[in-house]
Amino acid sequence: MIHNPSPLFVAIPLGAAFLVSLLGKRVKNFSDSLSNIATFSLLLLSLFSISLVSKHGMLVYKVGGWVPPIGICMVLDGLTSFMLVTVNSIAFLVTIYSISYMERYTAKWKFYTLFLLMLAGMNGVIVTGDMFNLFVFLEIAAISSYALVAFGTEHEELEASFKYMVMGLLASSFILLGIALLYSFTSTLNMADMSRFLVKTGAIQIVPFVTVLFLMGFGLKAALVPFHWWLPDAHPSAPAPVSAMLSGVLIKVLGIYALMRVLFNVLGISPPASTLLMILGIISMVLGGFLAIGQEDIKRMLAYSSISQIGYIFLAIGIGTPLAILGGLFHLINHAVFKSLLFLNSGAIEYATGTRNLRKMGGLGLRMPVTGYSSLTGSLSISGVPPLSGFWSKLIIIIAAIQAGHFILASVAVLISILTLAYYLKLSV
Amino acid sequence: MIIYFMCLILFCVGLYAILVKRNLIKIIIGIIITEYAVNLFFILVAYRSKGRAPILIPDQIVKNMVDPLPQALVLTAIVIGLAVTALMVAIAVRVYEKYGTFDITKIKRQKG
Repeated sequence: MIHNPSPLFVAIPLGAAFLVSLLGKRVKNFSDSLSNIATFSLLLLSLFSISLVSKHGMLVYKVGGWVPPIGICMVLDGLTSFMLVTVNSIAFLVTIYSISYMERYTAKWKFYTLFLLMLAGMNGVIVTGDMFNLFVFLEIAAISSYALVAFGTEHEELEASFKYMVMGLLASSFILLGIALLYSFTSTLNMADMSRFLVKTGAIQIVPFVTVLFLMGFGLKAALVPFHWWLPDAHPSAPAPVSAMLSGVLIKVLGIYALMRVLFNVLGISPPASTLLMILGIISMVLGGFLAIGQEDIKRMLAYSSISQIGYIFLAIGIGTPLAILGGLFHLINHAVFKSLLFLNSGAIEYATGTRNLRKMGGLGLRMPVTGYSSLTGSLSISGVPPLSGFWSKLIIIIAAIQAGHFILASVAVLISILTLAYYLKLSV
Repeated sequence: MIIYFMCLILFCVGLYAILVKRNLIKIIIGIIITEYAVNLFFILVAYRSKGRAPILIPDQIVKNMVDPLPQALVLTAIVIGLAVTALMVAIAVRVYEKYGTFDITKIKRQKG
């Protein structure tokens, strides 16, 4: 187990969720402490996985001892441990935050159960090396997130959750259809085996269709622009820790990471697919940015800004040069950090003032200095002001776009960055 | 061949219900139909003509059997579908309690 901790990433949150649902109601403070211990140990384990990967390269864990093409395997490589660190560090911070924030809801232990289940699903999506297993973990994460969005059970929450659920289930159907087609062609479910078969036979008929199916499915989960309209309802309705988790990591794991795995490791990315990704990315970037300007609800503005920033990452993946992928991944972790920070801050503001309307919260920096300064840092970073991390990731993406000869895309990316600064100034003033 | 087209038609019926119908319950039924169309497609993929059930018997060699793996996978997918349906119906009931209607055009506190 110590040589290869990948099953623990699923087992720890799953076991903790089970224990919390069993004992959380009876034992006082049990759910708080156990969830924090679980996420903290996951964080340590994910940091430890970096050193393992840098020493051994790729690690494969065979579930139940079956050899890979037959049994399910879990893969730990560079991208995996990068995503694991991102997800588990945000999850740890969010669980600390929810100790006091979730006090105002009645059933705290239910929140922790769903939260840990969502975490187990996300970690599973990250570590798995099997197509159908990916689908199962995706559904675990998605179902618990539907329930978490409806956690407040008020008018808005229920409506948003229903919308989110309908779109999410449609996405899952498309993904399952894609998996069925791929299985019927390759007669294997192991990702590495599948890609070997596709390379060997050069299957040109099936790959474009399956690519489109996966693009629709994972694009819906990632809220790319033609499929984005559930996100600005769902993310603001959830309690603040959940919004931070959904906007910060869930759309990235279920959308971007899963799409990257499938496109790069299994199907192989083709020029039309990368052009499509670039176009969708740039549209999300522009539309998300423009829609964010008009918002008065702070969380709704942050949600639209998520769509815009997801566009940057998709643009980088679409460009596809090593530098662009580096920039995209760097922007992914940056966005996870600052968007979670801003959502948690919005929760703190709502906790203190009871409103989410941007017009009613003038002079907040004087009353809540810590929240004021951290919001300012997050806003400046997301809009790409030089010494902060958001600047460097956007710079890398723009340089990569120029190197690849996409001058128009690069200039649009710069303009949207300025637009981002414009609407975040509303927040920080 | 015709059976695949019927499967596609089933999928489209489900999509139609999701996109056009205004009643929450009918949308839920639409989702269930789409799910089942995909499951049916997966089972059809595994079918061999004149194939037998994939059960090994010690003193007998089964030559032509259907692919057992998709059946196992579809079983999992059906269980997931059951959980999702239960959650969906529960939320639809809560929506009805709050809004007093199943009509989706009247449920619009969110700006979209």
